[in-house]
Amino acid sequence: MISPLVSPVVFHVGPIPISEPVVITWGILAALTGGGLALRRGLKLVPSSTQAACELVVESVDSQIRDTMRVDPAPYRAFIGTLFVFIFVANWSSLVPGVTPPTARLETDAALALLVFLAVIWFGIKAGGVRGYLATFATPSPLMIPLNFVENLTRTFSLLIRLFGNVMSGVFVIGLILSLAGLVAPIPLMALDLLTGAVQAYIFAVLAMVFIAGAVAEATPESQSNERTPP
Amino acid sequence: MNWIAAVSIASAALAVAFGAIGPALGEGRAVAAAMDAIARQPEAANTISRTLFVGLAMIETMAIYCLVIALLLLFANPLLK
Repeated sequence: MISPLVSPVVFHVGPIPISEPVVITWGILAALTGGGLALRRGLKLVPSSTQAACELVVESVDSQIRDTMRVDPAPYRAFIGTLFVFIFVANWSSLVPGVTPPTARLETDAALALLVFLAVIWFGIKAGGVRGYLATFATPSPLMIPLNFVENLTRTFSLLIRLFGNVMSGVFVIGLILSLAGLVAPIPLMALDLLTGAVQAYIFAVLAMVFIAGAVAEATPESQSNERTPP
Repeated sequence: MNWIAAVSIASAALAVAFGAIGPALGEGRAVAAAMDAIARQPEAANTISRTLFVGLAMIETMAIYCLVIALLLLFANPLLK
């Protein structure tokens, strides 16, 4: 049986091996970017149905950010929205025959979790400066510094393992059922897999919001904190 | 097949089996509490279900950890190299 922990290498560019999830990720990136650019060209004040659907996505991302983080969504819309849309499309890319979702591989999820880890630091420093952000590690008391530090690492790790475990187990179970029971049997499981994929994309985005909101709220100086009421 | 392989396979099965019990009970309690809350306050259903989903994901992570440990035992066992 092929191990779910290794990614098959498709071809080499010079000395660098290019694995299958990387190629699929390139495909998804090209599709999303191309779709976005094509849609931007045809933007109108009275939206077409495609534009209306995309506006619906953006507005629901906005309202989720507003509900979860209690701040103006503008600075976070691009990052959170991209995370959600990418993971959603990646999870549902299993609908295309022969494609394993890139999120079912450890490396893609590690990259996404690393992005969230860096984004927390970036938004924290932007809100309170380097001093302000570092001071959040010492709240409520300096005794908590090692704990807060470890928490930052473990929650990134759990973000990675959660997405990997959920998507990979779906793919794995479908493969098992397919080899045991035959062609039509895994269809209900594939439907369940789509639901799990959507929920996991949502949860990844919400957890990223919660982590960023925590860092921003703690790093913001007290004098500004009363301006952070929901708009 | 040597002893280490046999024990690894058995403990992978045990890890998933027992690792699923706790999160299953926890998720059941969480969903029950959320249902109760939605029945009492239907207007807060949106907030409650959002928090519920995030909470379920957190609880579920424990089972996923066990699954990953089982997969490590089966596919990346350092003792079998």
